[in-house]
Amino acid sequence: MAAHTLSFDPDDRYNAFLTTCSRAEYGTGPLQGIAVAVKDNISTAGIETTCASKILKGYIPPYDAHVVGLLKAAGAAVAGKTNMDEFGMGTTTENSAFGPTLNPCDTRRVPGGSSGGSAAAIAGGMVKMALGTDTGGSIRCPAAFCGITGLKPTYGRVSRFGLIAYSNSLEQIGPMGRTVRDVSTLMGIIAGHDRRDSTSQDRPFSHTLNADITGLKIGIPGEYFGPGVDPEVASVVRKAIGRLEELGATTVPCSIPSMQYALAAYYVTCTSEASSNLARFDGVRYGPAPDTKKPWHEAFREVRREGFGPEVRRRIMLGTFALSSGYYGKYYAKAQVARQNVRTDFTRIFSDVDVIAGPTMPSIAFTLGEKSDPLSMYLADILTVPANLAGIPAISVPCGKVRGMPVGLQIMGKHFEDERVMDVAFAYEQAVA
Amino acid sequence: MEDQVIVGLEVHCQLDTKSKLFCGCSTDYRSDGPNTHVCPVCLGLPGAMPVINRRAIEFAMRVAKALNCSVLEESEFSRKNYFYPDLDKAYQITQYDKPLAEGGYLEIEGDEGGERKIRLTRIHVEEDPGRLVHMGNAERGKYSLVDYNRAGIPLIEIVSEPDMRSPREARKFLNKLRATLEYLSVFDSEKEGSLRVDANISIRGSERVEVKNITSYKGVEKALLFEITRQKNLLRRGQKVDRETRHFLEARGVTQSARSKEQEHDYRYFPEPDLRPLRVRSWLENIVLPELPDARRERFIAQYGCSLNHARTLTGELKLANFFEQVVKADPKRLSTLASTWIADTLIGELNYRGMSLDRVEPAAITGLLEILEKGLITDKSGIEVLRVMLDQRLKNESCEPPAAIVARLNLGKTTGDTGAITTAIEEAINENPRALEDYRAGKGGAINFLVGQVMKKTRGKADPGELNRLLTESLKNKGV
Repeated sequence: MAAHTLSFDPDDRYNAFLTTCSRAEYGTGPLQGIAVAVKDNISTAGIETTCASKILKGYIPPYDAHVVGLLKAAGAAVAGKTNMDEFGMGTTTENSAFGPTLNPCDTRRVPGGSSGGSAAAIAGGMVKMALGTDTGGSIRCPAAFCGITGLKPTYGRVSRFGLIAYSNSLEQIGPMGRTVRDVSTLMGIIAGHDRRDSTSQDRPFSHTLNADITGLKIGIPGEYFGPGVDPEVASVVRKAIGRLEELGATTVPCSIPSMQYALAAYYVTCTSEASSNLARFDGVRYGPAPDTKKPWHEAFREVRREGFGPEVRRRIMLGTFALSSGYYGKYYAKAQVARQNVRTDFTRIFSDVDVIAGPTMPSIAFTLGEKSDPLSMYLADILTVPANLAGIPAISVPCGKVRGMPVGLQIMGKHFEDERVMDVAFAYEQAVA
Repeated sequence: MEDQVIVGLEVHCQLDTKSKLFCGCSTDYRSDGPNTHVCPVCLGLPGAMPVINRRAIEFAMRVAKALNCSVLEESEFSRKNYFYPDLDKAYQITQYDKPLAEGGYLEIEGDEGGERKIRLTRIHVEEDPGRLVHMGNAERGKYSLVDYNRAGIPLIEIVSEPDMRSPREARKFLNKLRATLEYLSVFDSEKEGSLRVDANISIRGSERVEVKNITSYKGVEKALLFEITRQKNLLRRGQKVDRETRHFLEARGVTQSARSKEQEHDYRYFPEPDLRPLRVRSWLENIVLPELPDARRERFIAQYGCSLNHARTLTGELKLANFFEQVVKADPKRLSTLASTWIADTLIGELNYRGMSLDRVEPAAITGLLEILEKGLITDKSGIEVLRVMLDQRLKNESCEPPAAIVARLNLGKTTGDTGAITTAIEEAINENPRALEDYRAGKGGAINFLVGQVMKKTRGKADPGELNRLLTESLKNKGV
């Protein structure tokens, strides 16, 4: 890698970045000299990586995540680490230990989450593209709220090695950008097999976008336009789907009955996995050191009590409960059954249609502090979690505005048909451009 | 009826792979400084992910096949969650409800004689945690250091059914298991801490106690003997045995109740989401087992004419069995009978006495000694003396003389043919012990043995026993007895 440096010193009025690299090195390659922002839960050698948590303050990983290595090899300049909900736990980026990120479209509103920093960095014009992670909508939600494009790839298509795990079985690293083309370019860099991630698949992404969707069959699930979805948002999305029909696609109504249990299955699974993943933060090896005068079992409790924010503590407790003996069968095991039902529903629908379309989020971006009740915040994930439960690809592309705020059109596809969902998004984007 | 003792074991063995179970770090850490064989994976750094070491699974499969277990069509790794500073991720990746293999058995020599089948419950694969080193003492502040070199070393846990009926049987089970693992080339028993045992023990009809933390073969027998006595005493006094976990304190040879908190662990097992299920049953077809201890024992009996007991001892350790075959290789017909006694009885005894490893003995040196013995050039007694000199020289790292040189230097050659020396010694013995002569005249058979002993002493054991007997009887006859 040739050592060029990029001077990156943005006016970060949205608090999109936790760390900026004022002199970011880059080499040669397809992304030569392009500043790419990386969500702060993705390990970067030599650059502090905190997951927006106090418990990782000062942690400098000794190694690069697989995707970061790929970015560097492609010539990109890692420009900085973006703000997020602590450990990815949230839908607003308000749950950051280092202050919320503001929505560049309206600074009184949240950018969505948990990859809110990455979305705001793009929407605010600071970078062209960024990496986010999506466990239950964390790429698509901020993409929709900030008016940019973001893809949650098929589970296994992008290596998670180096991604600080929140919920291993659900999350994927994915590309975010201003345009579908940027997202596609970035996806081409980060997808592919990595032997260090046993769940990764040998499905590289090398795709030329194609806006011709003649004959495409789109499933429209009734649940995506039902109660709980802002009628104005639904209407904008219906119009966007109408646009796809004009381009030669046909639509058929469909139903995902398992969605009734999707949120519950999602929250039981992700909190269970999180309770185990986050147990290692005990102050022994990294992060703020415990008070060594106290016995270890007291000291590590103190580190955790002080280091984790309230939402993280809540989810750790929920997950711990769900895995406890006597409750495992009622919660974790049941959640896996519900999850299987979601997969079965998608398989059934996809035997008839090519993609499924609907809104990304049931509403436009919330105002700061609006979702103070955790349960109402959890409900906002209802339209994004099914893709994570099923492991299928899903993209959010801007499709209009409601009350001046962007709305996202979500396209979900079959396993390993990330190319197809991108083509559909591309067709829409080109048509309205 | 005597109170029946019921014992089941959970044996953890480190698999002797080159790299760790979930990363590429070397397992050869014992002579290196702390935290030198570590990487993001075995340190549990955020974002690091496990990748299964194929070799470790293959090793475990060999064990499963050798122990007649059935390998599950699909097994999986799970997380066992608990907080402890030596546990880098705060969970151990292990196997829970879908272990690698189930069932199977191991045959041991039962206390009542004959072979006994000890049934196995399961075999599973898991990672070793790191290690704590406790510093300081009562006066100065105590603290602990943690070393993650051991973290991620592959272990198999072999769980037996409660089929053993005595501490001796438990010891035999372990010895047989160790031998089997060594024959399979998957285990090195000489590596410190390579084996750890938890024992479940009860007196029939009362509660079961789990004794944890046993780290040696002898420790198992000691811990169980202590527990049996403790439990029987409780029952004798009309008290009951509590169902509990106890730790074995090796240095004191006692077990001690674990704090009750340790017993309330809820490990919150769930499938490890970063690993795919294992589907490896088809590997079994490609595993060719080597000759195992039982087969080798039978072969030693058939091929070398070893007694059952000698064959058992010799084949009970891979190294010993190989050593034996090295020693007799030159001329099995002539040497094997002699070799089985000398190696299984004499050599092992002398090595144990010196705390010496068999590795330090050259098979060729023993062959040399046996050849001298076989030709009748020295007596058995002198043979032992030569052996001792050889071992002592080895132990002191002195240059080692060949057995023949030792015989010559110490003048241990049998006095065969040199009847003069024996006759002189007989004359002296009889003259010095008139009482013995009288006893002999009085028909007391023991007297002649006493005189033989006296002559042997005078000839420093070199007199050929047959010749000595003949000459002594002659001499007594000449004395008109």
